[in-house]
Order: sequence, then C-alpha cells, then structure tokens
Amino acid sequence: METEKRAYVPIYVYGKKYEVPEGLTIQKAMEFVGYHFIRSCGCRGGICGACLTEYRVPGKYQLKVVLACQALIEPGMQIAQSPFVPLNRAQYELEKITGQPGVLGKIYPEIYRCVQCNTCTRVCPMEIPVMDYMAHAMKGDVEKVALLSFQCIMCGACASKCPAEISQPNVALLARRIYGRHILPFPEDLYQRIRDIDQGRYNLVLERLTQMSTEALMKVYTLREQEPQESQEWAPKDPNFPENIIGKGEPLSRKEGKVWGRIS
Amino acid sequence: MSGYPGSMQESIRNLERTRLSRAKEEIPLLSLKERQELLQRYHPDYREGGRREIRVGVNKGERVPNELADLLEAKSLIRPEEMDLRHGKGETDVLVIGGGGGGASAALSAAEEGAKTLITTKLRFGDSNTIMAEGGIQAATGKFDSPALHYLDTMGGGGFQNLPNLVHALVRDAPMILEWLARLGVMFDRKDNGDLLASFAGGQCRRRVHSAADYSGMEIMRALRDEVYNRGIEIIEFCPAVELVLDEKRKCAGAIFINLDTEEKFMIQSKTVILATGGIGRLHIQGFPTTNHYGATADGLVMANRAGAKIIFMDAIQFHPTGTAYPEQLLGLLVSEAFRGWSAQLVNGEGKRYINELETRDVTSSATIREVVERKKGVSTPTGMQGVWLDTPLVEINKGKGTIQKIFPHLFHRFYTFGIDITKEPVLVYPTQHYQNGGILIDEYGETTVGNLFAAGEVSGGVHGRNRLGGNSLLDIFVFGRRAGVRAAQRAKETEIGQLHLDHIVEYERELERSGLLKENIRGPLLLPDYRYEKALARIHQ
Repeated sequence: METEKRAYVPIYVYGKKYEVPEGLTIQKAMEFVGYHFIRSCGCRGGICGACLTEYRVPGKYQLKVVLACQALIEPGMQIAQSPFVPLNRAQYELEKITGQPGVLGKIYPEIYRCVQCNTCTRVCPMEIPVMDYMAHAMKGDVEKVALLSFQCIMCGACASKCPAEISQPNVALLARRIYGRHILPFPEDLYQRIRDIDQGRYNLVLERLTQMSTEALMKVYTLREQEPQESQEWAPKDPNFPENIIGKGEPLSRKEGKVWGRIS
Repeated sequence: MSGYPGSMQESIRNLERTRLSRAKEEIPLLSLKERQELLQRYHPDYREGGRREIRVGVNKGERVPNELADLLEAKSLIRPEEMDLRHGKGETDVLVIGGGGGGASAALSAAEEGAKTLITTKLRFGDSNTIMAEGGIQAATGKFDSPALHYLDTMGGGGFQNLPNLVHALVRDAPMILEWLARLGVMFDRKDNGDLLASFAGGQCRRRVHSAADYSGMEIMRALRDEVYNRGIEIIEFCPAVELVLDEKRKCAGAIFINLDTEEKFMIQSKTVILATGGIGRLHIQGFPTTNHYGATADGLVMANRAGAKIIFMDAIQFHPTGTAYPEQLLGLLVSEAFRGWSAQLVNGEGKRYINELETRDVTSSATIREVVERKKGVSTPTGMQGVWLDTPLVEINKGKGTIQKIFPHLFHRFYTFGIDITKEPVLVYPTQHYQNGGILIDEYGETTVGNLFAAGEVSGGVHGRNRLGGNSLLDIFVFGRRAGVRAAQRAKETEIGQLHLDHIVEYERELERSGLLKENIRGPLLLPDYRYEKALARIHQ
C-alpha cells in the first residue's frame, strides 16, 4: 500500500479540508492527517461502539451514521464524531426483577413515548431492528427484545437521534439480563458439576496432578482420549480417566479455604 | 458475486475442487516431540533477534520481546520530585486499575466483601480485549469432561510449564464462574433442551468452550459493566495509571494517574491495588498485525516492573492462527477459533490441508508460517500480503445451512460489508499477534511479588505457561479477577498505609543512567499507539 500509487481525495473533518489516500477507513484517514485519538477509538474492529461518526457527502441530503473504523471515506465527505452519548440508566437489582410482562416499562416508562418513526433502526450501524424491539418492549416481550437486540454494541446512535428521548441500548441491556437470568433455564449438568466440586470430588486428583513431575504428566497427557467432531453418540472408552490411574475421590485433609463467596 | 479479485480466484477453485474429499480426511494430531520441532523452527518466539534481556531492575536477565524491553528500560512519564504525595485526589480500600473483564470482576468481588472500591481506566469503562473475545469461555461442564481433563489440556497447551497452583485454581473455579456469569444475566448459547452448548478449541480433548454467538466477551462485559453501575462502584475514565506508589515497607499503596483530557497528574492512595491493565498487542511485536484493542500497550508491565514485581514467560507471545489477511481494511481482525471447532479447515493455495485444525494455537500458527514462508504454498493478495484459506463454507455443509449466521453473526456481517459471503467463500487468514502468554507473576490469589499489589487477567502470567488455550483467557480474567478482588478486600481490612514514596522510580532511572541506558526520548508506559501520518498506511493494524 505505497502512498505514491494512491489517488488522493478531499475530506472535511469538522469542516476542515484534508487530502487523503482513497480506500482508507474514516478512522485511518483521520490518523493519516494527524489525529492521535484519545476518544472515538477503541477496538478498531467494529464491536466496541467508541467511534460513532456522522457524515454527509456533497449533493446528497442523507445524514449517515457509521463506525469510523468500519466505514470507508468518500470524496468530499464532511465528518463529525460523537464520542459520547448521554444515556438514561436506571438502578435496579437483577435478582429482584422477574421476567413478568411490563417489567421493562416499569423500569423505563419512557419507552411508551416511542412514535415509531424508525429513525433508530435507520441509524443503527449494526443494522439492528431497533424500532421492532422497542415495539416488543412496549408489549412486554422480554425474550424478543433480548434476541433482536443481541448484536447491540451500545454506541448510542439510536438514542442520540430518538425524538422520544428513549435510551434504547439500556432498555435492551435490561431485557437481555432478565432473559439470561430469569427466563433461560439453569442447566442441571452445570449444577451437578458444581456440587461435585464443592463436595471435593476432584480434590485428590487435582492435587496429585499438581504434584506430578513434568515427565509423568506428559505420559498421562498423551493417554487422553479425543472426543470426535461428530460426538452425539460418543462416549469415552474410559470414562474414569484420569482418576483411575492417579487416584480419585475422598476429600483431602487439607481443606480448600473459601476463596470467594457464591452469589445465590 | 465474489469479494475476491481475479488473481485470488484460482486458488479458491483449487479449494472448492478438494472440498468434498478433504472433509473426511483425517490428519492425526502431532506427538509432543513433533510439536516442539515445529515450534522451534517456525514460531516467531524462537526467531533470532526478536528478544533481548532486560538489563536493569528486578527482572534483569529476563528475555522479553525487543519492543517491550525498550519500554521497560524507558524513563518515567512523571518526575517523582514534582509529585505531592501528601495530597492525593482520593483514598480507597481497593484500587482497580483497568476496566476490562478482569478489572470489573475484581471490583465486583472487592465490593461484595465490603471494601470501598474504585475502578480507574485509560479509555472508557469496558474498553478492553475482553469485549473482543469471540470464541468463548472454557469450563468442564460436559458429562464426559472433568476439571482434571481441563487441567491436562491446559498444561499440555502451555508446554507443561504452567504454574500448577494457578492451573488448579483455574480449572476448579471454572464451572462456578460460568454459574456466576449466568446469574448476572449472560445469555450463553444453549442446546434445544436448554443445556449449555459447548464447542472445541485447539488442544482440548473435550468440547468445553461456552459462547454467546461470536459476541462472547462483549455479552459478558455488557452484563458486568451494568452490574458495576448497579452496585454504585466509582469509576474514573480516561485517566491511565502511569506509576505505582509504594510505602516505606515497599508495599503498594496507590498510583499516579494522568488525566488524558487535561494532562493533570494526580495520585490516588489505596490500601491495596489490583492491576488489570491487559495485554501488549499494540506494541506490534516483530511487526505483526494484532487483534488487540487500541489500549493494549503493556502499561501494567511497565509500572509493575519499576515497582519491583517479578514477571514470567514474557518472551512467549501468542500468534492466533486465523487473523484476517484480506481485505486490507479488516487486516488482523480475529476470525474465531470456533470456526475450526465447528469443522472449518485450513487450506493452502493448492487446496490441500497441512495441519489438524485442533492443534494448539502456537503449533497451528507455526504450521501456517511453514506453509507460506518455507513451502511457498500461500495465497497472495493484490498488495502482496500472504495467507492461507480458512474454508468456512464447510461449516454450513457439515453443521447445516444457517449455522454461520447463527453462531458467527458478527463475523458474517463484517465480511459481508466487503462483499465476501463467508457461507459461500473462504476467508484468507495469517497468524496475528493476539495475546501475551506471560506477565506479572502471581500466586493463586492474584498477589504479585510486591506486597498488596495484585494482578489479574492478561497482565498476569504463569497460568497459561508458554501458550494459552482458546477459551482460557475469558476464564482466567474472571477466576483471578474474583480471587484478587476478594483477597485484596480482605487484606485492605488489616492494612495501615505508611509513608508514601516514589523512590523506586528514582532508583530505577539511576540504575539506567549508571548502565548508560537512560534515553531522553523514550518514555513509558506508552499509553496510546501512534498511527499518525504515514504510519496510518502501514499494514500492521486495523
């Protein structure tokens, strides 16, 4: 990507004109002209929402809302960045909330101000159907909000343009947390494994593993049986490995101290 | 429609021609001896001239990448004599430096223990490599899995050099971490019956990676960040720590910060300090592109080294086998290991496989470098980048139509923007600097060799040995974040802060000067990478 081979195009950053090589992202174009970002730069990979940017190109009325690390420059474009969008955020205790219909509206009553103008969907750089999930939020369907909003990176584009002054990213976040905590089932196999650990089921085997010489450990390592890609019907030939060759079972004399409390 | 130029089409046809025969082809996993040979010949860690010894301080003699060594031997950003240590800007019990997953979980745990807790962060709260984690988090939850197997896999992946006490903590806490996150509302992927869905990563003998599509880290961070806000934990953003403050017993008792907006320097005093500043990717070790966040500039290592904390395995850098090599706008973008876990294959320009895709990352990356550099069987882009194909359409063929959009919505979207439909066309990939395997030496409660200084997450070292397994870093940050948070809060209760000082910085610079190494033009920590002007065009970053 040598500079001299590239054609240069004009861009306007906050109204100031610069010439930059074509084909760059807005973020790199701004760096090319000398910006050393503190704000408006994060993952540089389209998932953190730091580099929310607006632009217009000559001869078109549309105001585009994009991520600077993702969008390519266009000749004559006028660029302005929005590094911070103030959002309304409620304080709540997730444990005390349930998945009952209406809970989103109770915590964020402003959602009923939605006028269904669809601006939120139009400006979302992740192409999330924001207005649709807001409609489900008003109806009280937490699951639909959670699933439809899953790709939200919380950049705030929707909220910055909402005529009803709703903070959609926080409404959606609340819905996802309620869904994950109170609606998705808690997996029994995970609980069983935790009970086993709490009761010391693996204490001895783990302690012996930690005390093994590297050579002995390598030997045990090479005896592992590999679960195949297609493993719906699969079971290991030796389900008790490695306990059966290095010891299993009874709790240790040295009791593992409480390391951190469980939230329950 | 194809998103690839004509010059790359021929090798795509090679790949399509071999696809059906390849799909059933078995390539055996390498023996430990074969792995070692491959690493020594091709892994960038072993490249001549890439590493050098640190010449001063507590870690004198440790070999680290040149780019890091330069920063460790740099002058401080502050002048110790100009700092007023009697008038800090605040006082707290537990100071958490860093606002990613490690810092957030440490802060939540410290606050649960009743400690007054403060989070400081260089950029926004949540800006971190955590949010960029795609694949997921390891925990032995399966019927035929166990913490013992997780232990073995982790040790084998790390070259059997991992610190056993840390791996013990890692695998034992893992299922509890998953439960903790699920209770915070994290939407882990499920099977149709509601059980947790797990997939493979390299080096695992059981499928053990738990994901939230390819938003795993983002989904977890969103929930954690929200919980930190709900608990009312104080957060200071855009104020990176630049030095640690010690007391007369050489215990850590606070830090010096720079406000990036105003350039004001200030101190915060704290009974204990947890470093959770993350990794090193933006130093671009050996000129590699990186998958890392803009803020991953090794700040914690620089501060901790000056304060006297030992480091371990900092010469071991992880190169992820599948960083994007085309299009250039996505250079270095991580293509989740879960693709290989879901049966995508690595294929050279002739349409042939060259390694079992479920080898560990160090081995897989080495095999790709061999394929491209030595065997000259890579694929060239119009601007001269080289790579190999990741045959993503195989996932649709093997696991059913629609799988990619369901499991990898983000990556699908990213490539689609550039005209590449990864359900129909492969992705060009090449090893990309991804992770620091080592870091600040910690014990199983996250404490460093400096009293009252804790470390958690990527900045710490030991648990992954010389090579981390996929899915073990999202786990690591929460296991040791929580442990460090609890222990730091308990320690704070029995701690009286003594006389504060910055003598370690004065001494460090004096030692540099005596050794003839003091340079006026290099300052550390780096804080932000510099991509201005012509550097914006360099092909090493997104």
